[in-house]
Amino acid sequence: MSDLVKVTIDGITVEVENGTTILNAARQIGGDIVPPAMCYYSKLKGSGGKCRTCIVKVSKGSEKDPRPMPKLVASCRTTVMDGMEVLNITSPEVLEARAGVVEILLINHPLDCPVCDQAGECDLQNLGYEHGLQKTRYEFERRTFDRIDIGDKIQLHMNRCILCYRCVFTADQITNKRVHGILNRGDHSEISTYIQTAVDNDFSGNVIDVCPVGALTDRTFRFKNRVWFTKPVDAHRNCTHEKCNGKVTLWYKGEDVLRVTARKDQFGEVEEFICNECRFDRKKTADWILEHPTHISETSVISSNHYETFKPLPVIKENLALQEANQRELEKTFKI
Amino acid sequence: MGRKLLLEHINVPGINTLAVYREKGGYRAVEKALKTLTPEEIVEEVKKSGLRGRGGAGFPTGMKWSFLAKPEGVPRYLVCNADESEPGTFKDRYLMTHIPHALIEGMIVSSFALGANTSYIYVRGEMMPQIRILERAIEEAKAAGFLGKNILGTGYDLELYVQPGGGAYICGEETALLESLEGKRGNPRIKPPFPAIAGLYGCPTVVNNVESIAAVVPIVNDGGDEYAKIGIGRSTGTKLISASGNLVKPGVYEIELGLPVEEFIYSDEYCGGIANGKRLKATVAGGSSVPVLPANLTLKYANGEPRLMSYESLSEGGFATGTMLGSGGFIAFDEDQCIVRNTWNFSRFYHHESCGQCSPCREGTGWMEKILHKIEHGHGTMEDIDLLWDVQRKIEGNTICPLGDAAAWPVASAIRHFRDEFEWHVKEPMKSQSTNYGLANYANPIEKKPEEVKEA
Repeated sequence: MSDLVKVTIDGITVEVENGTTILNAARQIGGDIVPPAMCYYSKLKGSGGKCRTCIVKVSKGSEKDPRPMPKLVASCRTTVMDGMEVLNITSPEVLEARAGVVEILLINHPLDCPVCDQAGECDLQNLGYEHGLQKTRYEFERRTFDRIDIGDKIQLHMNRCILCYRCVFTADQITNKRVHGILNRGDHSEISTYIQTAVDNDFSGNVIDVCPVGALTDRTFRFKNRVWFTKPVDAHRNCTHEKCNGKVTLWYKGEDVLRVTARKDQFGEVEEFICNECRFDRKKTADWILEHPTHISETSVISSNHYETFKPLPVIKENLALQEANQRELEKTFKI
Repeated sequence: MGRKLLLEHINVPGINTLAVYREKGGYRAVEKALKTLTPEEIVEEVKKSGLRGRGGAGFPTGMKWSFLAKPEGVPRYLVCNADESEPGTFKDRYLMTHIPHALIEGMIVSSFALGANTSYIYVRGEMMPQIRILERAIEEAKAAGFLGKNILGTGYDLELYVQPGGGAYICGEETALLESLEGKRGNPRIKPPFPAIAGLYGCPTVVNNVESIAAVVPIVNDGGDEYAKIGIGRSTGTKLISASGNLVKPGVYEIELGLPVEEFIYSDEYCGGIANGKRLKATVAGGSSVPVLPANLTLKYANGEPRLMSYESLSEGGFATGTMLGSGGFIAFDEDQCIVRNTWNFSRFYHHESCGQCSPCREGTGWMEKILHKIEHGHGTMEDIDLLWDVQRKIEGNTICPLGDAAAWPVASAIRHFRDEFEWHVKEPMKSQSTNYGLANYANPIEKKPEEVKEA
């Protein structure tokens, strides 16, 4: 059955297939009304419902049963009904609850963005800027864990983890054998491996891409550079791995490829998972056939000195020293 | 003297054995149900009885049963939720310890009504003695032909298993219980789908509390109409209440729903009043998750009418002036008890038991516990009380399962009704460490509607 159903989100009506979730319906409309998603990942079955940042208000259940839903619902796991009316950014209640969720997500987060490799492409950072308070009201000690090296390529920084379970689903569904999962309960639960076994699998590197925060980072890229100083370029190669088609984004700094990631769409989700050989072992331009500069959203900090859309941020315009530094970075990129 | 349906023969020596249990009329319901009734008729009787889930939420059991999907060729399961771990509730443990056959008889009848051929009793891991008692009772029932293949020659097969849990509070939530029963981590599932459509191993499943299942036995024996005559309004039948705290006679009591709260606390038939001649300060009427009420609101509504022990009456006035029957864990606090300390203790429990799946509950319960710890130990500020109120609001209603709400409600109600005491802890940090706030005006009769309470 592929009946189309009508759903209205923030006053915008869209026709979607029966069984679509509210979040995906909103993504079809696009723009500001798309709820943020920290744990839902369209390519991973069973993901979503955990972070609660995508909560929305259903003001009208459906054409048949117009009663509103009593609580705010997770839009990533609630399917649309015909005639459903949803309020996202037009409902103060939703915005307040979402700000509450963001605040709560941040209370145990170390906020070590200045030294975090994810800074600049971090979903939590974006969410914090959009919804968070300037100052935390949490005054107690934050929980801490030791860093764990999972194999020689991936590092787990549990302090930063928001327990979205994406990496667990990835390992479950993409790799052959899952050797990591959640230990313990409540706010002391942690992602961990079975007695620190190395995560060793052809596709294990994908957990880095799905991680919305800086909890799982690429050890080969660790502290090499800030992402907004690197230049992303789409490239491909003939990968011999049966499940990998070798379509990637290369992140250049000058002439060096600093890291390789899968290509991400506008919602921060990878288009196709890539194998570890492409990700970790092919870091020479000669290995790749370059296509074109990756399109980066103008709101992203990465685009601030991107050669495609060079627009200095307001803070740079006011500061002479930053302007010069920006100019130097720009010249470097023109050299390739 | 109220009517007893479940605990009628509790004092008979040897009632935990099959022989004595049968002598007292046990397993009549199995014979009646399997030989003379159809499954649909039993479901109809349970619907007529108005029996409501005894585990806390109070959802009508008959309705729950009729929602069960019945696709062809797919097994259906009945799971008994014996993961009783709510602070203040110990009625199921009492029932299973002393009359295990009441539960097993109820399981057989209920499984027959739902068409389940395999049923599970999920018992909390700490209740090792009860697990042994149940297993022994199942052996006895099997030997007598009430379980196994072709029960009583009617052609109905039922296998009953006891499954020990890991001892996590969250596994009392029905979908977390099913996950745990399947051998996975006990995280609540995201609903829908509800267990009635896709539960255990993806098959239609009904999860019922121990007491609900045991109550099916008198319903089948005497008929649903007869059962519905007991009780008041939509709260029919009898309910086990586990009374604890500063009472003269704490323990498990079977009451007819509709008993005045005052009679339950003070009459000699039940709790016998407050111990050591003290005065009542506050009560938690239905286990730690429900809002705490000061003594005056416990005994009477805001308009001065007496409050009764029933689902409707206890929740009269909403969260502003009411509470909930919950699972029937009745905790009484006398004038020497500190509400702040007690709220902190409850919060500590929810912090420890949160499964950590969704963010508001995982992080928020810990936050609340830390703020309460700070206030209780004399380091709090006035802003902390407001912050606490704000944090509980951010948790309530925004989580996957009701544990988030259960963690938020005691905190919210404590601030709503006992704000004076919280403020006293802030203003008198030294004094609050050595003395108690005392009864204050919490037991004063209510003359008019209480002043505007802060609405959630």
